[in-house]
Amino acid sequence: MAKTIAEINAKIKKGQVVVVTAEEMIDIVKKKGTKSAAEEVDVVTTGTFGPMCSSGAYLNVGHAKPKIKLGGGSATLNGVEAYAGFAAVDIYIGATALSKDDPKNKVYPGAFSYGGAHVIEELVSGKDIVLEGTAYGTDCYPSKGIKTLINIKDINEAVLFNPRNIYQNYNIAVNLSDKPIYTYMGTLLPKLGNANYCSAGQLSPFLNDPFYRTIGIGTKIFLGGGIGYVAWWGTQHNPSAPRAENGTTLVPAGTAAVIGDLKQMSDKWLKGVSFLGYGVTLSVGIGVPIPILDEEMAKFTAVSDKEITASIVDYSKAYPQGIAESLGRASYAELKSGKIQVQGKEIRTGGISSYVKAKEIAEELKQWISKGKFSLTEPVAFFPGRDSGYKFKPLPIRQPKGGE
Amino acid sequence: MFSKKIVLHFPSNLVDKPIISKLAKDYDLEFNILKALVNPKEEGLMVLELIGDRKHYDRAIEYLKKEKVKVQNLDKDIKRNDKKCVHCGLCAGVCPSGALEVDTQSMEIVFTDDKCIACEMCVKVCPYKAMEVNF
Repeated sequence: MAKTIAEINAKIKKGQVVVVTAEEMIDIVKKKGTKSAAEEVDVVTTGTFGPMCSSGAYLNVGHAKPKIKLGGGSATLNGVEAYAGFAAVDIYIGATALSKDDPKNKVYPGAFSYGGAHVIEELVSGKDIVLEGTAYGTDCYPSKGIKTLINIKDINEAVLFNPRNIYQNYNIAVNLSDKPIYTYMGTLLPKLGNANYCSAGQLSPFLNDPFYRTIGIGTKIFLGGGIGYVAWWGTQHNPSAPRAENGTTLVPAGTAAVIGDLKQMSDKWLKGVSFLGYGVTLSVGIGVPIPILDEEMAKFTAVSDKEITASIVDYSKAYPQGIAESLGRASYAELKSGKIQVQGKEIRTGGISSYVKAKEIAEELKQWISKGKFSLTEPVAFFPGRDSGYKFKPLPIRQPKGGE
Repeated sequence: MFSKKIVLHFPSNLVDKPIISKLAKDYDLEFNILKALVNPKEEGLMVLELIGDRKHYDRAIEYLKKEKVKVQNLDKDIKRNDKKCVHCGLCAGVCPSGALEVDTQSMEIVFTDDKCIACEMCVKVCPYKAMEVNF
């Protein structure tokens, strides 16, 4: 019998809701079958904790006396460049932003020890941050420069807004060349020296709702330790990616843009990280509740690591050159065993997304729902789906007229 | 057979002396040099494994100390900061000695420091800066 989100919310209110994590759901469905599991379980919680470069926060820092218009001028936070192309005192700090003085990859491989993601982590932790800004000065905003300490508790708004998160599956990165390479998938040792992967697999949100039936615009989520929402589908959303029989995608596919009040979040779940030779990025903790509306949702959420596979991609040539070439596939069960086979060679695996933390998030969200602190939302609108024709497109190069 | 991994700090006046060869000649120890460097102040640092009779080893350490070489146990030098580690596993993929490995049950990364050879690969690749060097 089908359930509605309103019925589940009524159960949450009465303290009668049955919530399990996506990991626990695997055994429940195995023992009881999809029909009784769908009747018994109301919500399955998912979780993920990994780096996402497409992260950032916008702040409204408030007006000083005399007033300054940072818009069209410049702003830095702890020396890291923020985007100031908005109104007078709205700025956006991106996770991958660096300071002008960072040597970057001039000393290869660069250390990238401090950037926008670290600023966000420190801001969330309650530390004072140095804001410096310049402006051209107008009659209404006469000031041309500012240098002050700001603190998250004093500024008007601090909002985490990530244009892309919670990728539905990801690549397994390897290096076929004869020298080490430094990538967003970590350091890859020469001649298939290691293989890095990045997904919580059976706990990952979109691998448990592969056709975006319940996760849509407006879905309430666990975001960085606070409450957030799905704002839109994420950039590079690719619902038409090839799929396995169980609906999970064979390559990176669905994504979500997420938003939430940074003031509620915690530095436990938002961490600035440095990837050698690549740059700075933000590790973000996200948990998404999946309502078990019917037997199909019970089946989807029972997917296990053995049944989800990822594509092995060479990051020394195929990835940087945009060549669609796979060296084979491995399941998350194999990846999590610590070793996989690639071209007949047994190689060590390294995770980028933390399964331990993903599990902790799924567990925490389960507690929130069980205790009635978190109710579910009906999506306001759905994401472009498998048959929508919506695709992830490359950028063809066209020469501007009169350009070089 | 006894074996131990140690870190030696040489003052600048010893850098050009054949100290290590004596460990083999006079104390009958095998040695496996895991890392050696001389800094701009001409002080030397060496990470090595010594293998041999326990009595010989103890006497060799006495000799090193008499020569004013500072001796440290290796397991004190590469440490994991458990407050920073999120158990992602990037270190396990590059650790050549198996000192950092995933526990396939809990998915936690286990650090067995007596397997560590202080290559510092984990220190370089850890995005959370959870692996610390205390040479």
